[in-house]
Amino acid sequence: MNKAVSIPSPQGGRESAESVAPLRAASAGFASAPALAPRSTGFSATLRHARYILGENAVTGFAFALFLVIVLAALFGPYLVPYDPFASDTAAALKAPSAAHWFGTDQLGRDVFSRVVVATRLDFLIAVASVALVFLMGGLAGVAAGFFGGWTDRVVGRVADTIMAFPLFVLAMGIVAALGNTVENVVLATAIVNFPLYARIARAEANVRREAGFVLAARLSGNGEMRILLAHVLPNIMPIMVVQMSLTMGYAILNAAGLSFIGLGVRPPTAEWGIMVAEGAAFMVSGEWWIAFFPGAALMVAVFCFNLLGDGLRDIVDPQRRT
Amino acid sequence: MLRMIAKRMLIAVPSLVGVVIVSFLLTRALPGDPAAYFAGPAATKEAIEQIRAKLGLDKPLYLQFIRYVGDLARGDLGDSLTTGQPVAHEIKTRLPASAELTLLGLIVSMAIAVPLGIVAATRPNSLVDHLCRVISTAGVSLPVFFTGLILIYVFYYLLGWAPAPLGRLDVFFSPPPHVTGFYLIDSLIAGEGEVFAASLKQLVLPALTLGIFALAPIARMTRASMLAVLASDFVRTARASGLAPLTVVVTYAFRNAMLPVVTTLGMVFSFLLGANVLVEKVFAWPGIGSFAVEALIASDFAPLQGFVLTMAVMYVALNLLIDVLYGVIDPRVRLEA
Amino acid sequence: MSETVPLLEVADLTVEFTTRRGVVRAVEHVDVRVAKGETVGIVGESGSGKSVTSYAVMRILDRAGRIAQGGVRFTGLDVRAASEDQMRDLRGREMSMIFQNPRAALNPIRKIGRQIEDVLEQHSQADSAALTDRAIEMLDQVRIARPRERYHAYPFELSGGMCQRVVIALALACRPQLLIADEPTTGLDVTTQKTVMDLIVELTRQRGMSTILITHDLGLAATYCDRVVVMEKGRVVESAPSRDIFTAPAHPYTRKLMRATPRPGLSLRDLLPDDESGEGAASVPASSKSTGTAPLLVVEKLVKEYPRKRPGGPLGKILARQPAPEPDTFRAVDGISFTVARGESVGLVGESGCGKSTTSTMVMRLIDKSDGVIMFDGEDIGAIPAKSFAKLPLRKRIQMVFQDPTDSLNPRFTAARAIADPILRLGGMRRRDAVRARCEALARQVGLPLDLLDRFPHQLSGGQKARVGIARAIALNPDLVVLDEPTAALDVSVQAVVLNLLQELKETLGMSYLFVSHDLNVVRLLCDRVIVMCAGRIVEQGPTAQILGSPQAQYTRDLLAAVPHPTFT
Repeated sequence: MNKAVSIPSPQGGRESAESVAPLRAASAGFASAPALAPRSTGFSATLRHARYILGENAVTGFAFALFLVIVLAALFGPYLVPYDPFASDTAAALKAPSAAHWFGTDQLGRDVFSRVVVATRLDFLIAVASVALVFLMGGLAGVAAGFFGGWTDRVVGRVADTIMAFPLFVLAMGIVAALGNTVENVVLATAIVNFPLYARIARAEANVRREAGFVLAARLSGNGEMRILLAHVLPNIMPIMVVQMSLTMGYAILNAAGLSFIGLGVRPPTAEWGIMVAEGAAFMVSGEWWIAFFPGAALMVAVFCFNLLGDGLRDIVDPQRRT
Repeated sequence: MLRMIAKRMLIAVPSLVGVVIVSFLLTRALPGDPAAYFAGPAATKEAIEQIRAKLGLDKPLYLQFIRYVGDLARGDLGDSLTTGQPVAHEIKTRLPASAELTLLGLIVSMAIAVPLGIVAATRPNSLVDHLCRVISTAGVSLPVFFTGLILIYVFYYLLGWAPAPLGRLDVFFSPPPHVTGFYLIDSLIAGEGEVFAASLKQLVLPALTLGIFALAPIARMTRASMLAVLASDFVRTARASGLAPLTVVVTYAFRNAMLPVVTTLGMVFSFLLGANVLVEKVFAWPGIGSFAVEALIASDFAPLQGFVLTMAVMYVALNLLIDVLYGVIDPRVRLEA
Repeated sequence: MSETVPLLEVADLTVEFTTRRGVVRAVEHVDVRVAKGETVGIVGESGSGKSVTSYAVMRILDRAGRIAQGGVRFTGLDVRAASEDQMRDLRGREMSMIFQNPRAALNPIRKIGRQIEDVLEQHSQADSAALTDRAIEMLDQVRIARPRERYHAYPFELSGGMCQRVVIALALACRPQLLIADEPTTGLDVTTQKTVMDLIVELTRQRGMSTILITHDLGLAATYCDRVVVMEKGRVVESAPSRDIFTAPAHPYTRKLMRATPRPGLSLRDLLPDDESGEGAASVPASSKSTGTAPLLVVEKLVKEYPRKRPGGPLGKILARQPAPEPDTFRAVDGISFTVARGESVGLVGESGCGKSTTSTMVMRLIDKSDGVIMFDGEDIGAIPAKSFAKLPLRKRIQMVFQDPTDSLNPRFTAARAIADPILRLGGMRRRDAVRARCEALARQVGLPLDLLDRFPHQLSGGQKARVGIARAIALNPDLVVLDEPTAALDVSVQAVVLNLLQELKETLGMSYLFVSHDLNVVRLLCDRVIVMCAGRIVEQGPTAQILGSPQAQYTRDLLAAVPHPTFT
């Protein structure tokens, strides 16, 4: 007999059999979904749990609301802004924030507010595209490496190690400089430097499941290896990968903005947060703070939102790893 | 111990090989004609052909690679188009500036983050704990160039406490005699107190910017691993044996909790070295980061390639150092070797 | 004993935990008294509150828990009201504790000798010059050979049993009056269990200490304790001298627990409470096997070799000072031969690392053999690579029930989907209603309520998950089912039910079982024949009654002697 003594701890209760004692219930409270009605299916239970988390955790709810605002700004921003983001008006240059220009105007008299809102779409697109790309590349390579092992594992591991041998931002700089100074290459470079992270997580998750009881059982039930990978292993890894996506969204935006800050990818007069901060940087020392501040703040808020959302999602998917 | 270090060094070899291959491939992946690229935008046809022959770009790929490795072995990273200087020389003279900044940034962040994480973990749900959580989420959301600009605005423009963000030393001072290349240390060696104070003044804001940036992951990891260790069985044993709280937290929990933190340092260094480029641009810091950015603007590829390679080699070396440090703390790693 | 002042008195103890969903009472109105020199067992299944009670005595409950009512008096001191300094002084010096999972209970990166010194130093039991000597003396007392050398060892360099000795040394270093042992032998091999328990008893007797033994194993408690306290769901249901608990258990729960504990002289039926024994046909002792036909499974000279691990791979080899003396391979299974007849249950017994699981996995055709023959119903299945075996029709005929019911169910499949998986893949059944009907029939067969079929694993209890796993294994009417410690993760009362179910299914479906287990008492109940394995080889095999009744091999005798038997029955 190998039984776990369950004492409630923040780490969550250990699995023990057939007991509905109060103590068990106590540790379950830390570790898993609230009590479930007998007939509830997994999906509605997850949904209920999500609602529970959102209700319980106002911060995640707030992050979710913020996320919606960002998405709306990305979709409809260009149609809603009060000024043309590219129209310069030298008479109104370098004006501090006012009722007419909420975020002030830049050295060419362009409305900073309009530019910040319009930039949302490009920054958001860069982040989504690079994360989706690395999710496909890294996720699939990692799952294959972890599940099949052998040479697949060695090749994927070697590629990941080589990328990891570079400071990531520096490698991204090198890639964009070499492949050409375009937005597409910024997306690609961001995806490449994130590859090891995704590949490693997917690999580790697939690897622990490779010898899991339910995978062996699937093998006994006559499932082929490919089928086991796609129907049994992959669905169990997806939630963790989705959380990872939301956590790296923030990093992807920061990375892209950093690259455009030093003049890679996006070029003036495009409205993009990183390049707008770079344009406003020179005016910080002379007191015109608003030119760099608002795009910088927008960038910060977006990244903060994605990070909070990622943490919240992790709580929903994996209650044990709560911090 | 020596065997462990030797073993770790051997493990670093494939990484170095990978770094050299990637940095080689980066040049060959240049769009269009690499020779034209190296020759610069204003070069004539003859100049391009000259460069092509000089760089051996007319030879097969493997010969080019052998040549590249040979050049590296001699410490030759090519010449900068804009300055005409050998890239290796430029990097060598600028490296201490970057290293001084990065190390000070790391020290700042460690000095704040580790105690913060420990206190947060020992007092869950206290004010410090909430502070730690806010900092570790907000900290990773701060674009490092943005933090730097805000600090400049507040401490230079508004308060006037900091000097102008223009390099390592005010123009009125001359740098201390070169020993280590670190102005803080060199000025002390030379006994020039004023130079020390002046260079420290210049360093404070950029180092703080980097420190704030690296703070979040360290604090987060310290708190999480401290929490895990404090909930572990052996800490419970220590408590059940009546050991004093200080002994439990320091001797038992802290040393174990440091293991994941040391591992995280690898990632922190990766971030720091990258962020270093941005901070150098913001503060006009004459390090290798701003050297690379200047080269980027001028489409001068050799310095950039040298920069990427130097950074990667330094990073591999730092990871090696981290591995050794880990072995010092953890007997399991030490004895396995 | 009642006249003397007890060493420890727990009166009306109630412990509450603050959780996300409000306050939960883990322990309610518990009374326990421990006299000087007495050994008291606290017995209960998981979640009964037995560990929480002991943590409350030491006052080492975690932050969420607090003593809400009642109290603990230790040598007259009110533990609930004592200051933290007072308590710290008490812990380790007057009362100490040993835990399950000894390796985790020691600081992994501190020398074991230093850890003992820490305790001695804290309670100023020796001046600093004598500390090391005292620590080494303690290691010697817990029978650690070469204590002077082992002083410098780290926990990871020691076996689990050794680590538990170190923890005992740590606990006894300051000669406390009370020792609380929380499942001290769980997770250790049976033979190690016995030596550790004997050591605890011997050392505590020598010192005239009182002991509280917390365990889920009624047999263990009855063997080593003067008195036993039985707990259920946070409450004490019975407290009596060990002899009385065994001969005349008063409370129904104690009776149920006692009945469910497998021990010699009982049949499977006896494990179930009286009111549940009406149904089924399991009263017939296992003997329905058809004799005379060829055996179903023949294993001959089976070998499994693994490459020996070299830390660091090829680079490590280069750096190693000299070539290692051992061969490059390690034999997990070393030339074993046995047969399983149709309708027969064969037990494969041994301690961890003996190769029993490797053997069963090879028979299952999940991994490939290194050498030897596996014949199944006249076909050489050992020659078919494990990779291509999954899709063969033969796959249907060999199935398995796994050790951990949680791990063996896909978290994203409902119970019905899990049971249907083999039917869909190998059963040739495609129509949804037909598959559903088959699932429901199987659920009825294994006693799984039909309304649970649409639940996901995390919504089922351990016993229910075990039933799903069994239903899946028998879905294709296999000839041979490998049972890999199918009850190891279950509480005893659930184990009793599952064992009976397995027996019943075997008889109605005419399957053969290969039952892999470390628990001799369970094997005794379910198996016709037993194979004892040690270090990759078969030590002896034969009919169950013969092997367990009059074992020939010394190893089997050691195994049997290590199982705790209360002497009075």
